[in-house]
Amino acid sequence: MSSVAVANKKGFGATLWDYLTTVDHKKLGVMYLLAGTLFFAIAGLEALFMRIQLMFPNNDFVSAGTFNELLTMHGTTMLFLAATPLLFGFMNAVVPLQIGARDVAFPFLNSLGFWLFFLGAIFLHLSFFLGGAPDAGWTSYASLSLYSPGHGIDFYVLGLQISGAGTLISGINFIVTIITMRAPGMTFMRMPLFTWTTLITSALILFAFPPLTVALFFMLVDRMFGANFFDHINGGNTIIWEHLFWIFGHPEVYILVLPAFGLFSEIIPVFARKRLFGYSSMVFATILIGFLGFMVWAHHMFTTGLGPTANAIFAVSTMAIAVPTGMKVFNWILTIWGGSIKVTVPMLYALGFIPSFVAGGVTGVMQATAPLDYQLHDSYFIVAHFHYVIVGGIVLAIFGSMHFYWPIMFNRALNETLGKWTFWFFFIGFHLTFFIQHFLGLMGMPRRVFTYQADQGWDLFNFISSIGAIMMAIGVLILVFNIIISAKSKPLNCRDYWGDGRSLEWALKTPVPFYNFKQTPLVRGYDPYWLEKHEGNEEGMTYAEPLGDIHMPNNSVLPLVMSIGLFVAAFGALYHPDGVAWSIPVIIIGLAITVGAMIVRSLKDDLGFHVHVEEIVATEEQLYGKGGNK
Amino acid sequence: MGHDTQVQAKTKAQFEYERHHNAVHMRKQVINFAIMIFLTFLAFAVVVADFSAYFIKPFILLLAAVQVVLQLYSFMHMDDKKGHHIGVIQTFVWFGAVIAFTFFLTFLTIIWW
Repeated sequence: MSSVAVANKKGFGATLWDYLTTVDHKKLGVMYLLAGTLFFAIAGLEALFMRIQLMFPNNDFVSAGTFNELLTMHGTTMLFLAATPLLFGFMNAVVPLQIGARDVAFPFLNSLGFWLFFLGAIFLHLSFFLGGAPDAGWTSYASLSLYSPGHGIDFYVLGLQISGAGTLISGINFIVTIITMRAPGMTFMRMPLFTWTTLITSALILFAFPPLTVALFFMLVDRMFGANFFDHINGGNTIIWEHLFWIFGHPEVYILVLPAFGLFSEIIPVFARKRLFGYSSMVFATILIGFLGFMVWAHHMFTTGLGPTANAIFAVSTMAIAVPTGMKVFNWILTIWGGSIKVTVPMLYALGFIPSFVAGGVTGVMQATAPLDYQLHDSYFIVAHFHYVIVGGIVLAIFGSMHFYWPIMFNRALNETLGKWTFWFFFIGFHLTFFIQHFLGLMGMPRRVFTYQADQGWDLFNFISSIGAIMMAIGVLILVFNIIISAKSKPLNCRDYWGDGRSLEWALKTPVPFYNFKQTPLVRGYDPYWLEKHEGNEEGMTYAEPLGDIHMPNNSVLPLVMSIGLFVAAFGALYHPDGVAWSIPVIIIGLAITVGAMIVRSLKDDLGFHVHVEEIVATEEQLYGKGGNK
Repeated sequence: MGHDTQVQAKTKAQFEYERHHNAVHMRKQVINFAIMIFLTFLAFAVVVADFSAYFIKPFILLLAAVQVVLQLYSFMHMDDKKGHHIGVIQTFVWFGAVIAFTFFLTFLTIIWW
C-alpha cells in the first residue's frame, strides 16, 4: 500500500485502478478538475451551437426542440456539472494544504462524493442518446416539465438527484475538515480566505441541497408514479416547485461565487505583494453574504404575483446583499492599492474580474427593483446579467486559479504567453457576447427563443454577440493547448513557484508527497509562510511535532461500487412509467449493489495504515534528493 | 499506534465521583423526559377539551417549539458545555432553524392558490 517507490513508473492498469480507488484529496482534486473540464467543454459547445443558431434571423441551424434541449443542458451542465466540480477540484487540492492537514476528515466520503457526482452527470448526459435531453430550462418549472414528453425530464430529475447527493456529501466533508483538522495555531481568524469561503460555501450546500432533493423527489413521484404535488388540476400547486427550486437555486449561485471570491482573495495579495486588506471584514462579509443568500430567493419570482408586500421585502433584502459584496470589492481594490504589482496571468484574471463582476452586480441591483423587474423579466437583460456574474466572476476565477495553482497540483507550470492570449481572447469575447445582450434585452428580445424575425433592430447585435462567443471558444482552445503542452514540460520540483506565496500551501515543495506534511506545521500567525520566510526559515514552516509515524487511510473501490448501484437503479426508475417488465428488478438490483457495498463498508473494519519514519525519510529522499525536504 | 486497546484503572475516588456525576445526569434526563410527556399530554388535552381553534393552534405550535429545544439540549446533548466544537454545532443548528422558519413563514403567507 504505502509504497516507498513513489516515483516508480506504474503500468496503465495499475494507474487506472489507483485513480478508481483513491481517497487522496490531491488525486480527487485532479479528477474533479478533469471531469469539470469535460462537462465545461460539452456545455460550452452547446452554448456555441445556440449562438450560431441566433447569429442570423430565421436561422435553421438547429430546430426549436433541439434549441430547448441545448439551452436546458447548457444551464444545467454549467452550474451543476462544470462550475461546481471545478471549484470542488480547487477546494480538494488546496484547502487541506492551507490548513495543514494530511487529508480531509472523511477521505472515503470524499471519494463517494466524486463518484456520485460523476455517475449522476454521465446519467444526465446519456439522455442525448436515449430519446432526447431535458427541455424545460435549467429551472425546469413544473408547469412546463410535467408535460414534457419523453424521458428528458426524468433524466434531469434522477441525474441531479444522484449528483446532488454527491455534492451534499462533499459539502459536509469540507465543513468537518475545516472545523476539526486545522493544524495547531491555525485559529479561525488565521484561516486563509479561500478556506473561509469554502467553509461558508459548504454550509450553504448543507442547507440548500435538501430543498432541491425534496423538490426533485416530488417531481419524480409526480412524473413517474402519478402523484399531484405540482398539478393544479388535481389540487397541487405549481408555484411550490418554483419556491423549492429557488430556495435551493439562489444559494446555489453563492455556492459558486463565494469560492471564486476566495480564490481571488488568494491571488490578489500574492501579486500585489501586500497583506490582504481588511481580512476580518472579508470574513464578516462572506458570512453575511452566506446568510442573506437564503433570504432573497423570491426575487426570481417577482412576476408570479406574490403581491406588493412580499415583493418589497424581497427587493430590500436583495439590495442588502450589495453591501457586503461592495465591502469585498473595496477590500480587493485597497489590497492592490500601493502594492508592488506583478501582472502575471492569474493577476490579469483578477484585474479583469473586478470591473466585470461589479457590472454584473449593478445590473443585479437593477433587477432587484421589483417594478423595473416586470420590464426586465425573461428578457436578454437577465441573460446578460447572470452571465456577467457567472462568467465574469466564477469562470475568470477558475481560469485564473488554474494558472495560479497548476504548480501545486501538477508540479508543472502553464505557459504565461499562451495564458495571456487566452485571457485577452476570452475576456474581449466575453464582453462582446454579453455586454450587447443588455441592450437586446432592453429592446425587447425575450430569452430562451430559438429564433427571431429580421429587421427589429436585433440582427446586428445578435451577430456581434455570436462573434464574441466564437472568440471565447478560441480562448478556451488556447487554454486546452496550453494544458497539453504543460504536460510535456519539465517538472518544476520547487517550493513557492510564484516567489511571493503567503499561505501554507506554498511552503510545501512540489511534488507534494501523499501524506502532505511530514510533520504537522505550527501556525504562528496569519499568512504563515510569509511569516516564516521573513524570519529566514529555510524550511518554510515551524513544526508542531517531531518526525513520527503517519496514519493514513486505505484506498477503497466501494465508493465507485455504491455509485454504480444507484446509476443502475436510476435506469429502472426511468423506464418504470413505460410499463416495461424489467424496471422493478433493475431498481432492486441497483439498490442491492449500493446497500451491499454499504454493509461491507460497515462490517469490515478499515483502520488505515501507518507510514513509518524510515518510509517517510526514503520518500522524501526520492522526491527531493539527499537530505529530503530541506 | 492508534488502535491499541487501552486499559485504565480508576481510583476509588474517581469511581465515586463519576458515579455521582452519572446519577445527577440520569436524574436530569428522567425529569426532562417527564416534562416532555406532560407537554404532549397537554397538547392532546386542549384538543379533547374542545377549546377554540384560535387557542389550540398557537398553543400546540408553542409546545412544539419548547419540545424541539428540550430535545436538542437535553437528549441531543447541546447543553454539554465541554463538548467538542459545541459553539460551532449551536451556530449551525440555530442558523438552520432560522432559515427553515423563514421558509415555513413564506410558504404559509405567500403561496395561496
